[in-house]
Amino acid sequence: MTKDNDYISKEKFMEELHRYKRGSVTRRHFLNVTGLGAATAVMGAAMPGVFPNPAFAGDIGDRVILATWPNYHDPSNFETFTEATGAHVQVNVFGSNEEMLAKLQAGGSGWDVYVPTNYTITTYVSEDLIEPLDTSKLPNYDASAFDARYAEAGSVDGQLYAVPKDWGTTGFAINTAHNGGKAISSWKEFFDITMDSFSGRSMVHDYQLTTIGNALKYFGYSFNSVDEAELADAEKLLIDVKPHLFAISSDYQPPMRNGDAWLTMCWSGDGKQLNSDLPEIAYVLGAEGGEIWSDYYAIPKGAPHMEAAYALINYLLDPAVNAKEVLAHGYPTADANTFALLPESLRNDPILFPAQELLSPLEFGAAQTLTDPNRAELMARFKSA
Amino acid sequence: MTKRTRNLLLLAPAGTWFLVMLVVPLTVVLIFSFGERAPAGGVVPAFTFEQYANLPARWTAFKNTLILAPVGTIAALLIAYPLAYYLAVKVDTKWKMLLLVLVIVPFWTSILIRSYAWIFLLGGRGIPALLGWIGFEGIRLINTPFSVLVGIIYGYLPLMVFPLFVSLDRLDKRLLEASSDLGAKPWRTFIQITLPLSIPGIATGCMLVFILLMGEFLIPALLGGGKVFFVGNALVDLFLQSRNWAYGSAVAVTLVVVMLITVTIYMRLISRLGAHREDVSLM
Repeated sequence: MTKDNDYISKEKFMEELHRYKRGSVTRRHFLNVTGLGAATAVMGAAMPGVFPNPAFAGDIGDRVILATWPNYHDPSNFETFTEATGAHVQVNVFGSNEEMLAKLQAGGSGWDVYVPTNYTITTYVSEDLIEPLDTSKLPNYDASAFDARYAEAGSVDGQLYAVPKDWGTTGFAINTAHNGGKAISSWKEFFDITMDSFSGRSMVHDYQLTTIGNALKYFGYSFNSVDEAELADAEKLLIDVKPHLFAISSDYQPPMRNGDAWLTMCWSGDGKQLNSDLPEIAYVLGAEGGEIWSDYYAIPKGAPHMEAAYALINYLLDPAVNAKEVLAHGYPTADANTFALLPESLRNDPILFPAQELLSPLEFGAAQTLTDPNRAELMARFKSA
Repeated sequence: MTKRTRNLLLLAPAGTWFLVMLVVPLTVVLIFSFGERAPAGGVVPAFTFEQYANLPARWTAFKNTLILAPVGTIAALLIAYPLAYYLAVKVDTKWKMLLLVLVIVPFWTSILIRSYAWIFLLGGRGIPALLGWIGFEGIRLINTPFSVLVGIIYGYLPLMVFPLFVSLDRLDKRLLEASSDLGAKPWRTFIQITLPLSIPGIATGCMLVFILLMGEFLIPALLGGGKVFFVGNALVDLFLQSRNWAYGSAVAVTLVVVMLITVTIYMRLISRLGAHREDVSLM
């Protein structure tokens, strides 16, 4: 680089560096135009902020497309990933597992990584929509570090398809200020006060699994029931409750925060976020039970940027990165290595890690609820009633 | 090149477009509507009328749509007409352009963002709080048919204003003077001259808004809190949640048929209204 025509000015270099950091040019482009191709290894060591992990030596392309849930990642982790690999992380946000499945079934989703929930994985396997994982490309995946309860749904017939992201529970959040400072403790009370003192102030999810599941719990049935008589009871309850609902929506944080809604079905991470900001909002697990779930990282069949997909999953499994994720989304991790890096207050948090007696009645969602036509149609009748 | 070849060539882009974007997809939807839901979702080919037999299960969605679409259209017309009249007839020419641009300005922001703004305005800390301040406590606006109606009128008003403006702007002002010279009161002039001459604008505006409203799903989803359900919402759920493509296709075909029928009746009515006039036609 001593010849004049190879020289790149400081300004030009910084400009290229910024473009590269923003993810608008690839690592290959950056290395070419700056003439740094040969010096990459040195750069990686000398500028840790730019290339933090020498494991990303290969060129994985300029982008990776992630299909995930709302408020579910630390954006700064993605920026670091882009700086390190040149692959820009494009995030698509979804509202339900049904919607994710529908997009993959329709074909041409263009996703590289997605975040299915435990009960959906067997369907993805039988529909041939999920790629078996090659663990040699996931050096950060330490199977022994994961609590088996939250990892086992990732394997089907001994083949690994998905690695655990985090887990959580589905309970409800109640603004105790409107109930004489007291919380309530069961799904029975949830629906009963909705039709009484909380009329017009309650929300249920726009999601068949939890809305029907928790209505089933009102009667003490299984959260996963597909029994026609039991579903009929749940439907009657939901239709009776409907005129008293504030909304049927999974986007419950805004109305809970501004005071329009006082009670809502709620995932534990949202419960944690609400409770941290507004201590009068309590997160409760229904005494009858309800849902416990775990989410996974997986690669859909025919992902257009396969190498980038593996690189992203591997990166997010790095305990240091994962710990930052947990701090951002507020859901517990099943990974002991990540858990060890969390602050003491989170490790003892009763919302993230409920007491065993509250956890034991909870059920993992069952695969049949995803494909059962009666549950889907029940939800539709409830919404259109 | 013969004239015929040239005409065919000129029509080819539009023809291909309609074939690929309209005829083919509609045919696919029609075929799907006689199929059955695949076990994990999707469609398996069959020849059954089961999906159509099941249509009453979406009656509420059709009912909501068939009530709120015409009500929204008429409300938009009633609000848009005086505005268009003012812009076309009353306002000083030098302000006309500016005011027209102001009508379009909302289109520069996505309807999604603007509907989110309404969520805040109609929510408990918005207009109801203001009403509570002046003594009207406990008024609920958000997530009601009313809030959906507000969103609809707001979203579609410009589409109504423009056709009305065009027809009123083209109106020969000398007719108004003549009417006045002959002793007609302003109200009578409006009823006998202005209104009949603006029928093409009314017809176009109403049709535009009504057809789009029949397929609306975003505004009810956002401002109805999932409780005010249109056929559009039923379709989104059938394809994205329960993945019942066969039933979804049957509902879609039915919506198209209902729309064709309503629009045909509507066109008949309009052309009868303007039948005795040579200067009035559907634009």
